[in-house]
Amino acid sequence: MEYKLPFQDYHKALLKNKLLGLQCRQCQTVTCPPQMSCSHCAGFDLEIVELSGRGRIRSYTTIYVPAEGRGSEAPYIVVLVELKEGPWIMGNLYDLDPERASMDLVGRQVETGVRFFPGDKYSDGPAARPAFRFLAE
Amino acid sequence: MRKVAIAGTGHTDFASGAKKTEIELFCEAATEAMAEASTGPGDIQALYCGNVFGDFSEGQGMIQSYIANELGCWHIPATRFEGACASATLAIRDAFMWVASGFYDIVLVGGTEKATAMGTPLATRTFAMGSDSKYEFPAGLTFPGFFALLAHLYSDTYNVPMERLREQMSLVSVQSHFYGTKNPHAQFQHKEVTAEEVSKGFMVASPLRLLDCCPFSDGAAALVLASEDAAKKLTDKPVYISGVGQASSPRLSAQAPYLPRIRAREVSVRQAYDMAGIGPEAVDLCELHDCFSIASLIAAENLGFAENGKAGELWENGETRIGGRIPINVSGGLKAKGHPIGATGASQACEVARQLRGDLAEQGRQVEGARIGLVDTLGGDGVISNLVLQAGF
Repeated sequence: MEYKLPFQDYHKALLKNKLLGLQCRQCQTVTCPPQMSCSHCAGFDLEIVELSGRGRIRSYTTIYVPAEGRGSEAPYIVVLVELKEGPWIMGNLYDLDPERASMDLVGRQVETGVRFFPGDKYSDGPAARPAFRFLAE
Repeated sequence: MRKVAIAGTGHTDFASGAKKTEIELFCEAATEAMAEASTGPGDIQALYCGNVFGDFSEGQGMIQSYIANELGCWHIPATRFEGACASATLAIRDAFMWVASGFYDIVLVGGTEKATAMGTPLATRTFAMGSDSKYEFPAGLTFPGFFALLAHLYSDTYNVPMERLREQMSLVSVQSHFYGTKNPHAQFQHKEVTAEEVSKGFMVASPLRLLDCCPFSDGAAALVLASEDAAKKLTDKPVYISGVGQASSPRLSAQAPYLPRIRAREVSVRQAYDMAGIGPEAVDLCELHDCFSIASLIAAENLGFAENGKAGELWENGETRIGGRIPINVSGGLKAKGHPIGATGASQACEVARQLRGDLAEQGRQVEGARIGLVDTLGGDGVISNLVLQAGF
């Protein structure tokens, strides 16, 4: 069976600021990032849908000790965002000085933008990454 | 299925900058385990070896085959297990099944790792390979970052203010370092720490500071497993593996319906408890996967020792110390004993077996009268395995 939404398609869409997910035709659950089966019912009958990119921050961390090759990025904020459509995705938050990140971030409304990870010697090429910004509340 | 016993245990010193190779470290642990079980290479029918980053740290893959032949176990089947930090526990579970099934009577199982040879930047990079490379690493996720996200989520989900959670996490590290000073194999056997030192250390990934994090480590541990009949000839103090469990998780963000619980751990430990016919209240001591201080709290809850959001009270009330309700990581744990990741599960099982045999009184950290112990190992954000061990004498 064909893999419905491969990484390369998701990545190319996200670079154009379009966040894609998969909606299950059986239970309507939205899965994002993509995978082979519905994250709720394991069904394979999935349809590619464009998501709002909007949601709220559920957790965050400021990373001070990064992996090899990413020293120039640190410190930076990583967030887990619960999208309006249900799934959680991981990305960065650039709207705030990383030193000032606090529990006040939890619950803040955000929308998805995009930044580019060029990859490193262990990566199979580049990857788009969600870069969130605050929504006016 | 046949009963399967741990008939011998071996454990090297855990250290930073070990002078020996991964193969040499494994061989030292393995020969100690074989000597304890009064057995030798001619009796070993198969080898199961946890090893994660040999390819990166020494440029050495496929070490299981070399280990078997170096030990004089010529040409026996040897298999390497890669399940990130849970590799050796997966190896033990598989070795258990081959003996339980009747296919083999005596096998050797363990793990070895030399993480410090990579240095912190490369080690941080390779450890991050235990998270999702396409959808989460691009954001810069590291392993401390993974548990840092869970720490803030834990605070928010269970209404434990960050100030109190900070104190609870510090107590976890203080206790681990206290017991680490009593373990002659511990990487930090000479280092006690105070709660203030933990809570003021330099930030790795907020809110986790240096002393919230386990170290990078080198070392090995090994066990001889034998069928009940074979074990009776090898040891007076067999420790039976009475329950095993293993479960898998998706990437961190896809665990959302359950977080900060690790659902796979709840599934895995239930298998192990059910197989052993016990519940968490029957466990006399536990070695759990404290890769980060917050990870201890989450694990203690997932394993059934505390309600969700309440595990910090176990440490606050001294329940996790020797003499408390459920002694946890009185080896020093990953935090102070060290965490050579391919060996960690074998180290935990070795530690619990020695506790159940009553071997540790001289070290001043024996849990008196312990009969049942639990091993809990987490690999990456996905792999969980649990073992129930019971004194069989």
